[in-house]
Amino acid sequence: MKTTIIERIEDKLYQNRYLVDTGRPHITVRPHLSPSPSLLALTKICPAKCYELNEIGQVAIVSDGCLECGTCRVLCEASGDIKWNYPRGGFGVLFKFG
Amino acid sequence: MTQSKFDAIVVGAGMSGNAAAYSMARRGLKVLQLERGEHSGSKNVQGAILYADMLEAIIPNFRDDAPLERHLVEQRFWLMDDSSHTGVHYRSGDFNELKPNRYTIIRAQFDKWFSHKVREAGGTVLCETTATRLAWDLSGKVIGVHTDREGGVILADVVVLAEGVNGLLGTRAGLRDMPKSENVALAVKEMHFMPEDVIAERFGLSGSEGCVIEAGGTISRGMAGLGFLYTNKESISVGIGCLVSGLAEGMENPYRLLDAFKQHPSIRPLLAGSEIKEYAAHLIPEGGFKAIPQLFGNGWVVVGDAAQLNNAVHREGSNLAMTSGLMAGEAIFQVKSRGGLMTKRNLSLYKGILDKSFVMKDLIKHKDLPSLLHTDSHNFFMTYPTLISQAAQNFVRVDGAPKINREKATAASFIKARSRWGLISDAVRSAASWR
Repeated sequence: MKTTIIERIEDKLYQNRYLVDTGRPHITVRPHLSPSPSLLALTKICPAKCYELNEIGQVAIVSDGCLECGTCRVLCEASGDIKWNYPRGGFGVLFKFG
Repeated sequence: MTQSKFDAIVVGAGMSGNAAAYSMARRGLKVLQLERGEHSGSKNVQGAILYADMLEAIIPNFRDDAPLERHLVEQRFWLMDDSSHTGVHYRSGDFNELKPNRYTIIRAQFDKWFSHKVREAGGTVLCETTATRLAWDLSGKVIGVHTDREGGVILADVVVLAEGVNGLLGTRAGLRDMPKSENVALAVKEMHFMPEDVIAERFGLSGSEGCVIEAGGTISRGMAGLGFLYTNKESISVGIGCLVSGLAEGMENPYRLLDAFKQHPSIRPLLAGSEIKEYAAHLIPEGGFKAIPQLFGNGWVVVGDAAQLNNAVHREGSNLAMTSGLMAGEAIFQVKSRGGLMTKRNLSLYKGILDKSFVMKDLIKHKDLPSLLHTDSHNFFMTYPTLISQAAQNFVRVDGAPKINREKATAASFIKARSRWGLISDAVRSAASWR
């Protein structure tokens, strides 16, 4: 009944403009043995799919495609699971339309 | 920069920040505005609908040169299940008025224009500068901000925190809490481009007329959420937002929700053949009146989304943001002009003005609705939309079954799904939260 065509997130992000601050990620994940439920949720609900499980079941982040929405901050900053900042002025996503 | 002291620093160049900066600069205050994007608007995301009256109160002749897309003549509210929508459409020729009430806009362009007005009024706008924390004196008064640029603290009598729902400064300083996951929605949005005449034909529009669709139902898979589709001049903004708590509990993927919304048989034909040029995400404050933090203190005020001033029920946010920015600017000007210091006591004038306005009155009116939708989201976003679709289909489909049997089946399906007591309770609670 449903024919949901899944578009790849990479294709979506490819439309956007970014100025990546190379070597200075604005978000980092605290080293952990196994992820907390909130940290694990980020692998699903991050709208830019920045968070992924690595081969040993830990959550890792590549923040290059970050849309700076703050969802991960709301869920995981208080617990210390992640360290969150905005990119330096001028860097990060640069919306053409917003 | 460190040598000069400003009357006010405004952190952020969205709707509330621009309104505050403009209203103060226009009255001759020495204003510095900080924006972390390459230009004002490049970090901002909204649907977006502009409410003319609130901007008119700030810039009366804005229609002369503001980048406006379409003025809205039609609003559609859709209740959706997986294959249908049941809708209420309101369209009126009255909206083709000399000074239209609502427009669609594109925020990156609109905010750039608004920021230009701030500069024209004499404000200093410093882009590509992220404010990192507040600066305090020993008495506990805010005296300025630190930024990620070299040069130390920038000083001012008062700091206007217009830093958005995910603002760093106020939360880091403990002036307000981080938003809770049940009080913010994550919205994802795409910009679909197509020729102007194709949009006009699909939505039955002429000239600069516009149409918006707001849609709720099974598209949010039982979470509290809303889909939307707004016509711009030669593009369509399409998106969906759900509470972060719902997404996290259900481990739902927001862009898959958006893709499913786009593939819905009621939406797909409206977007057919479009070219996607941007994908954005943004948090929307949804906690309503009960989530509003302390709005002023010694040397600071907070406005707009950072103050959770958003009316989720009526999908109004930018107008509350603009109005709160304007009122903060007015309060600061009044304190300044009578020679007062920017103390907590004097700045309470801001809240006094805001309390008398539609901003607080509207938020108080709907103060119980956010928690109702949050706690009962499955019924409101899954059960009822499905039942209503079945009822509508029962009413419309003709297959030889007697009408009395169909009506009984419809009534029975409601009672089976929610029980008599459940239906009455939902109705009473909904009505009560609306008053």
